[in-house]
Amino acid sequence: MSESTPPPTRRSFFAIITYLMGAAAAVFTAIPFLGYLFGALRKPEAQWVDLGAAAGFPVGETRLVTFDNPIREPWDGMTAQTGVHVRNKGERIVDGVSKPDFDVFAINCTHLGCPVTWFPQSGLFMCPCHGGVYYENGDHASGPPPRGLYHCVWQIEEGNLRIQAPHLPTLQDTLTKKDA
Amino acid sequence: MWKALLLWFDSRLRFTETVMPMVKHPIPAGAAGPMGWWYVFGSASMTLLILQIVTGIGLALVYVPSADMAYESLEYLNYQAPLGWFLRSLHYWSGSAMTLMVAIHMTQVFLHGSYKYPRELTWMVGVVLFLLTLGMMFSGQVLRWDTDAYWGVGVGASMAGRVPGVGPQVVHLLLGGPVIGGDTLSRFFALHVFVIPALLLGALAVHLWLVLKCGISAPPAPGQVVDPKTYHAEYEKELEKGEPFLGPAMMKDAFFSALTVLVVLFLAAYVGPKGPSAPPDPSLAGANPRPDWPFLWLFGLLSLSPPSMETFIILVFPVVLILALFAVPLVSRRGERAPSRRPVAVLAVIVIWTILSVLSYEGYTSPWSPIMDAWSKDPVPTNIIKGSSPRELQGALVFQNKNCRNCHALHGEGVTPGERGGTRGPDLTNVGLRLTRNQLIDQVSNGTPGGGNMPAYGKQVRPAEMAVLADFLSNLRPPGTDPAIAAGDPPKN
Repeated sequence: MSESTPPPTRRSFFAIITYLMGAAAAVFTAIPFLGYLFGALRKPEAQWVDLGAAAGFPVGETRLVTFDNPIREPWDGMTAQTGVHVRNKGERIVDGVSKPDFDVFAINCTHLGCPVTWFPQSGLFMCPCHGGVYYENGDHASGPPPRGLYHCVWQIEEGNLRIQAPHLPTLQDTLTKKDA
Repeated sequence: MWKALLLWFDSRLRFTETVMPMVKHPIPAGAAGPMGWWYVFGSASMTLLILQIVTGIGLALVYVPSADMAYESLEYLNYQAPLGWFLRSLHYWSGSAMTLMVAIHMTQVFLHGSYKYPRELTWMVGVVLFLLTLGMMFSGQVLRWDTDAYWGVGVGASMAGRVPGVGPQVVHLLLGGPVIGGDTLSRFFALHVFVIPALLLGALAVHLWLVLKCGISAPPAPGQVVDPKTYHAEYEKELEKGEPFLGPAMMKDAFFSALTVLVVLFLAAYVGPKGPSAPPDPSLAGANPRPDWPFLWLFGLLSLSPPSMETFIILVFPVVLILALFAVPLVSRRGERAPSRRPVAVLAVIVIWTILSVLSYEGYTSPWSPIMDAWSKDPVPTNIIKGSSPRELQGALVFQNKNCRNCHALHGEGVTPGERGGTRGPDLTNVGLRLTRNQLIDQVSNGTPGGGNMPAYGKQVRPAEMAVLADFLSNLRPPGTDPAIAAGDPPKN
């Protein structure tokens, strides 16, 4: 009940307005700033990278292809260079049609992201950091990696091998929808 | 005339009447005497922080925090800017010295029980300062933006990606986007130059405030027990017999700080700047990133852990450690302060420093990393090859060509440690003594039983190659010794 509450004065009204204005200033500064800080979370659209003619990759061989990743800032310089291991597995029958079959692996080891090297002599990918090893089809062979190499999404367009530009793959954020 | 000028400023700033009482505040007599030398590490840390800020500003006048030019600007500093190499060197050595000094300061405070009542909050703020210092070392390495920094950030991101649920979001926040690039460098630049230094200076101000308000602790004496009920009265009595800080105590601080700076200057001039190592070109395979020295122990710990425990150790263990550090003054608030009466504390310090040293050494030597060019760089030692049959020679060729040397070493006459091969797997110099020919074929074909650190080479080696390889391997034993025999086989006569 308002028997003992004094009637509102100009000062108390002014104080309330000040609090409201202060709160508004804080909120309308914070929201855009937080939006800016967490803007990195938005996913980029898929972009395609041309890796050259599919026929240029000899069957049964694994080649390292490096390219300028379109997922980049204009000032990334040499850090935009990205590598993928491309293996031509020959032809495969899909829906009765013979099509070229490739495996394209991200260069990042699935353990902690170091770049893996392909050794054609033994047919193995090896990681220098902790000795992770993968077979030629990307399956985990030995060492600490928890899974096989990350596959990139690829397609053949007018005889050229194209891949979806790869972001940095991690265990819970691979390059394919099916977590392949 | 100078006095009048100073007086003009002082009468307006009121500097003398505000600051001088703080500087002249009484400290326990013991802290002003020879025991006072134990107290110098905190102020030395602060001196090095000031040196870091000064050298950091110097570097910021030239360093370009852009992914395409950072490396070039560092090369410019190293080779073209006058004394740029020295500024870079000083910044690295002073930063390293500060990290070490903070750790020593923390150890000294812990051993002397100075974190006990009423200085628990001072300790906790100190832990914050320690963590922020480590944050500066880590972000500083990223700014070097060489191949170690680039892949090191990748390793950090891969670890962050394991956080359950929000892993990918944490990765994006860390990298400033979906890839390691310019956004990542800018993010770490803002952290290293603006955010963490601001937090450091703020926390330092609170830390110094607390030191002044609680008073510096007296040197511990066996039998002098901390009892919150009586502590303040006892401390006041100590101060009655005390001496002003401005005097021998402050002189010890100043002396040690000056000595520290001189040592750092010498190291900076003599050893020179750190890196940058290879340029951050991600298409160069074979990169083997290394963290800077304060993190080698964690690198070693993680690399030596079984893979099944990795995610737990990466994500949970550091949190547990940090909470334990904060909890120290809550768990041990009162009681004896002298190290001679606190065997658990002394033992803890010895054990922790030993563990850190051993793990750091392991991280430094990193025997778990295969040597990626050993298969073509390190020939099979001549004394092993001498007198081999043609099949054994073919086997040696197969051994080298299948890249086995990357993980397996071979000792020999005249072979230096750097030419032996990788240490990822066991040394095979005398494997013929340990495994029979059939066991060798089994091991090579199927890898580690049950899955482990050796891959199965069954499909990578043709049958003829496997046969001669087995001949070579079972001949790897000292001359005149018999090959290994399996338990059920009849002994050779």
